[in-house]
Amino acid sequence: MPHDHDDHNDGVSRRHALECMIWAGTGVLWTVSGGVPKSLSLLDKAEAATAASSFTFLQISDSHVGFDKQPNPNALGTLQEAVDKIKALPNTPAFMLHTGDITHLAKPAQFDNASQVIGSAGLDVHYVPGEHDFLDEEIKFYKERYGKGTKGPGYYSFDANGVHFVGLVNVVDLKAGGLGNLGAEQLEWLESDLKGKSKSTPVVVFAHIPLWSVYPQWGWGTEDGARALEYLKGFGSVTVLNGHIHQVMQKVEGNVTFHTARSTAFLQPAPGTAQSPGPVKVEDSKLRSVLGIASINFKQGDQPLAIIDTPLQG
Amino acid sequence: MKVVTLRGLGLALATATLLQLGGVSAHAEELQVTIDNFTFTPAELKVKVGDTVTWTNHDDIPHTVVSAGKFRSKAMDTDNSFSFTFTSAGDYKFFCSLHPHMTGMIKVE
Repeated sequence: MPHDHDDHNDGVSRRHALECMIWAGTGVLWTVSGGVPKSLSLLDKAEAATAASSFTFLQISDSHVGFDKQPNPNALGTLQEAVDKIKALPNTPAFMLHTGDITHLAKPAQFDNASQVIGSAGLDVHYVPGEHDFLDEEIKFYKERYGKGTKGPGYYSFDANGVHFVGLVNVVDLKAGGLGNLGAEQLEWLESDLKGKSKSTPVVVFAHIPLWSVYPQWGWGTEDGARALEYLKGFGSVTVLNGHIHQVMQKVEGNVTFHTARSTAFLQPAPGTAQSPGPVKVEDSKLRSVLGIASINFKQGDQPLAIIDTPLQG
Repeated sequence: MKVVTLRGLGLALATATLLQLGGVSAHAEELQVTIDNFTFTPAELKVKVGDTVTWTNHDDIPHTVVSAGKFRSKAMDTDNSFSFTFTSAGDYKFFCSLHPHMTGMIKVE
């Protein structure tokens, strides 16, 4: 597929970023130098070797365990394939993020099956919930499994390798006609969580629904996401990782890189290209090319960041 | 089709019985709202006090029906239903709490 990545130090234009957004090959490698993302030659051996010497973590999303309809009658099976791919990586990631919709219907058995398969990767996993994980009235099934040490419905932060990670919950208390929602309490917590952090600390924010407005007509955005981004102004490197829309999409605004990961269960249509955001019925032979995982790499020192999206197949 | 509330089921049986007795005009009617492609159809429905509305989800994705402070369904998987009997007049706005861009209205006279 024709797609020219240049290796010069001239950064990346918005047009170029959009090209990368729509490109659907085996993976795209991004790096951030001085806060400006720059695309690198795809899976270039030298770059891959550089990546090997630095800090890498993984993102998986939207495993929808329990989904059993077309185009994927076995969402647990494709989750297992994703985990097998993770286990086969040449460099073990530090840990994994799961950006929600672990299960399809928040049933205890679905959570248990998901835990068993995801656990077989042998990595620490940091979760945030999707709306499908909160279908029981008291949201206790998610919280009793993943809620320890979290606040409110499950938000928290932690530090790893000099990077500050913030897991946010934007799937509760949604209002009629509205979008994803963080709420005043969580925003206050976020403000105080970031206060006192050096502006040179790289920050990774992860939440289920995109924090930026992807396509409000389908609810793909977060009502008060802009307020969260206010608190992130001034930080040299901010990466926002989301799921929910079951496709890779990337946007760069100033020092903030927004990125959504593929689902491990089914594809959703590109914004506005179908009557509704329901699953795209791809042929069996194509299913694994639209599912996948993302790995994110930080090189210490000059803070470059790279996101590689890898489909399960193709 | 699963009818979620016993109340709805009871009314469904009552209506069926009335119809069997020769179509004596039932005071309470049964009305339907379907969910296809993340959309409630009809989006607005006029009913009378005592009528029962049943929402049925035809999507592959679960949905809910919530009217703040009035009624709240559990998550309805494919082909599941939820029924509510309206006992007082008014406008009942409702939405899907999972996909809040899905909205609708029941006007009860």
